[in-house]
Amino acid sequence: MIRSAALAATLALASFTAVPAALAQSGTVTVVTSFSKDVTDPIKAAFEKATPGVVLDVQNRNTNAGVKYLDETRSNPQADLFWASAPDAFEVLKSKNLLQKFTPTAEGIPDKIGAYPINDPDGYYFGFAASGYGIMWNTRYVDANELPSPKEWGDLATAPYYDHVAMASPSRSGTTHLTIETILQGEGWDKGWRTIKEMAGNFQTITDRSFGVPEAVNSGQVGYGIVIDFFAFSAQGSGFPVKFVYPTVTTVVPANIGIVADAPNAENAKTFINFLLSPAGQEVLLEPSIRRLPVNPAVYAKAPEGYPNPFTDPRFKAMTMFDVAKSGQRSAVVDTLFDQMISFQLDDLKAATKAIHEVDAKLAAKDNAQARALIEDARALIAAVPVTEEEASSEAVRAAFSGGKQKGARQAEIEQQWATFARDNYAKARAKVAEAAKLAN
Amino acid sequence: MSLALTEAPARRWRLSGTPGQIALALGLAAFLLAFLLVPVGSVIYVAFTEKGTGAFTLINFADFFRTDLFMRSFWNSFYVSAMTVVLASIFALPLAYITTRFEFRGALIIQTLGFVPLIMPPFVGAVAMQLLFGRNGSVNLLLNEYLGFRIPFMEGLNGVIFVQAIHYFPFILINLSAALRNIDRSMEEAAQNLGSSGMRMFRRIVLPLAMPGYVAGASLVFVKVFDDLATPLLLNVKDMLAPQAYLRVTSIGITDPMGYVIAVVLIIVSVAAMWASALALKGRDYATTQRGGGGLAKRRMRPWEKVVAYSVVALILLLVLAPHIGLLLLSFATIWSYSPLPDGFTLDHYGRVFGESSTYIKNTLIYASIAGGIDVVVGTAIAYLVLRTKLVGRQWLDWAATAALAVPGVVLGIGYLRTFFDIRLPDGTPLATMWIILVIALAIRRLPYALRACYAALQQISVSLEEAAENLGATKPRTVRRIVVPLMMGGILAGFVTSFATAAVELSATLMLVQSNADAPLAYGLYVFMQSAAGRGPGAALGVIAVVLVAACTLLSQYIIDRNQKNTGAAR
Repeated sequence: MIRSAALAATLALASFTAVPAALAQSGTVTVVTSFSKDVTDPIKAAFEKATPGVVLDVQNRNTNAGVKYLDETRSNPQADLFWASAPDAFEVLKSKNLLQKFTPTAEGIPDKIGAYPINDPDGYYFGFAASGYGIMWNTRYVDANELPSPKEWGDLATAPYYDHVAMASPSRSGTTHLTIETILQGEGWDKGWRTIKEMAGNFQTITDRSFGVPEAVNSGQVGYGIVIDFFAFSAQGSGFPVKFVYPTVTTVVPANIGIVADAPNAENAKTFINFLLSPAGQEVLLEPSIRRLPVNPAVYAKAPEGYPNPFTDPRFKAMTMFDVAKSGQRSAVVDTLFDQMISFQLDDLKAATKAIHEVDAKLAAKDNAQARALIEDARALIAAVPVTEEEASSEAVRAAFSGGKQKGARQAEIEQQWATFARDNYAKARAKVAEAAKLAN
Repeated sequence: MSLALTEAPARRWRLSGTPGQIALALGLAAFLLAFLLVPVGSVIYVAFTEKGTGAFTLINFADFFRTDLFMRSFWNSFYVSAMTVVLASIFALPLAYITTRFEFRGALIIQTLGFVPLIMPPFVGAVAMQLLFGRNGSVNLLLNEYLGFRIPFMEGLNGVIFVQAIHYFPFILINLSAALRNIDRSMEEAAQNLGSSGMRMFRRIVLPLAMPGYVAGASLVFVKVFDDLATPLLLNVKDMLAPQAYLRVTSIGITDPMGYVIAVVLIIVSVAAMWASALALKGRDYATTQRGGGGLAKRRMRPWEKVVAYSVVALILLLVLAPHIGLLLLSFATIWSYSPLPDGFTLDHYGRVFGESSTYIKNTLIYASIAGGIDVVVGTAIAYLVLRTKLVGRQWLDWAATAALAVPGVVLGIGYLRTFFDIRLPDGTPLATMWIILVIALAIRRLPYALRACYAALQQISVSLEEAAENLGATKPRTVRRIVVPLMMGGILAGFVTSFATAAVELSATLMLVQSNADAPLAYGLYVFMQSAAGRGPGAALGVIAVVLVAACTLLSQYIIDRNQKNTGAAR
């Protein structure tokens, strides 16, 4: 017993002396990123080779945690760069004065990719790679269950896809938030929500991490996933049996990097951004484990066969113009609506959707105008949104979510209202469908 | 010999505290205040402020009870926790009983394997479980192909119960085994002499005497499941309290008090559950005076008993170790997608993590062992003050330490950044960026585990042993050092092992506090790998390394307990 206590004490003592050394020497640059090791390792290796003496120290945090971390540590910043996909997060950082201005030296990078500006017009953050949104699927799963291949968002709303689709929650994943905004901006507020809810009625699950979706598709737990393109491309690069398609209503947005305000190693941070935007840095993005679209058009000459090129491919030119300002204004409202109407009521939404699919199948065999009208009513009830587009961006509603100084409606109250609205509508819709089912027999 | 189940006689000498006890209590209070109450308070005070004015209000709590989602989450959490305790007890009871009571070949190995489920590394554990038990996992693919149906192991609340029971049943197993080992052999012999045997003796003598251990374990499982967010989140179950708190606290741009309101509710429920478990044991004395006999007499099994025992143990082990079997397969797999087994096997993933894992391993061992060390020292001290002194407010130390169980890791992480970031070291670096802060966060998060184990161990030791020592002239500190701590050693080691093993795979607080790769533990490395398709295999390989490592340490401490008990037994 005494010996074991001594052993524990020795172990503890030994560990005190073997403390990992704190990194304090110059010649480092610290980056806070949401990117996985598969993205950061090759870039780190290439950068350290190109710039001997400077070590790239990677701190991996998800986007939200990274933003919170920079905010909490602003009095004495320890990180130099913020590096992530979602432009929204950079807007938040910029509005909180957590980034500093810089003008990169890289040449040959155009102003726009698709319809989207590559860099922040005020010079606080810079696009280094582009990504579009779309649908990936597992070919083994689809073959085994004899399911179709989708082309458009609307396809996912049809009966064969019931219980086979996954998406991340937009309140948890910046990139998924952009997908939802893209649909809302591309199809309009009301029609967009209808598309989103009809798709969501077929969801098997809504994950809380962006990578949860490709993981579920890769392993075959779910058939289809709504994802950002490189998740599918890098899975293909790793050998998984998956395919990917860009629907017509999509957008291509840059993944960004920016220098933290009062960064301790600002000079090295600038060196890193310049490297990342140089041809050498851009080429690393083509690696099979990364597979992002470079923002330097010249680099595509070295891309493998079949690699999408947003600068020459006409599909990208036709993509939806994405309005960042509009998205930024209402982002909390859109996310909360999604969670209250869909994430937390998924079982009810699925039950109503399933019932509609069943009646539809009967009506296809033997039509009944009255039943069809009831089904349309039910669809309208499901699609209804408790706030209009104007209200969603209105000061009154936004204030409830911003934690602003003014008194007004509390977030919890509004959430409860929206949830009740959705729940009641789903119940009414199911009653209509039940009526229609009787008629359709 | 003291009677087992009578009122504990009042002891006058307990009435006042010695200066040493008071100093100890103040020291512990300062520790908890600095590293738990202040940091957490700095974050959750939002729950009590009014929007706009910042004035004190309880309106947010009213909102909590008015919101359907939160009430539904509350009852779901309650249901899942209670059912997990039931299922976990079904796993734990036979393992603990058979291995401590009978001569059972490989009991040591089996008890060690019983700890391994606790070391389910975040993310990879869930991925492996999905690959085996998910809708299109190995089991369901085979069932569907040959029998035409699937079993929803991993879906909805029942899925959470299934995974949680597999993950946390060792809490019951460890505490119950320690309690069974501590039961005086003479109790059993007395019962046998009086004509009792078999199930009756187990029900009337053994089980009641082991009750503190069982209740300690069961209440831990209840509270842990109530507060756990990783499992529900990974199974995409959102309508439970802990995930709701987490989802709110970690979303951008939402300065919403509800996340913190839920955190406060979680803390209150945890403390209430612990209080209820203490109440259930109150007024009874579980202590026995004779020591060192090595616990229950081990019986040789009859042949049919052997068959039953071995099959039950094998079945339970196969089930609870399934995630690790899945993890092992995944770490050697090339591509594993919609098929019962991987397409092929490779050693590449281990090759890839080999170079980097040494830093992670070193850091994990250092952090988890210091955290476990802090925990057992603080845990023993609190248990001693609560059970052996009459100091005013000693119960508050227990409640405060227990509340740590309910503090979401993210809240603790943010609280530490807020509290310690502006304290600068001489060279200008913030205190919060020191690795030791990370260790203290781990220690605080795991303190309740060690505390419960130490508490249960001390409950089983009769005060008369201490009184005897003091009558013979020993001072109080000497009594504690020479009598109490050695007798508690089994429980203390159980506490150390639980703290160590779970701290080694902790992620949520870690993710907020890790400052650089050089200071990062294994769980963080796993997290970084598990963000990409190509990283799944290496992540699993790192997960296997973590499991083997922590299991080896566990085995070592088991071995030490066993040898010590043999030594003391022989010396008697």
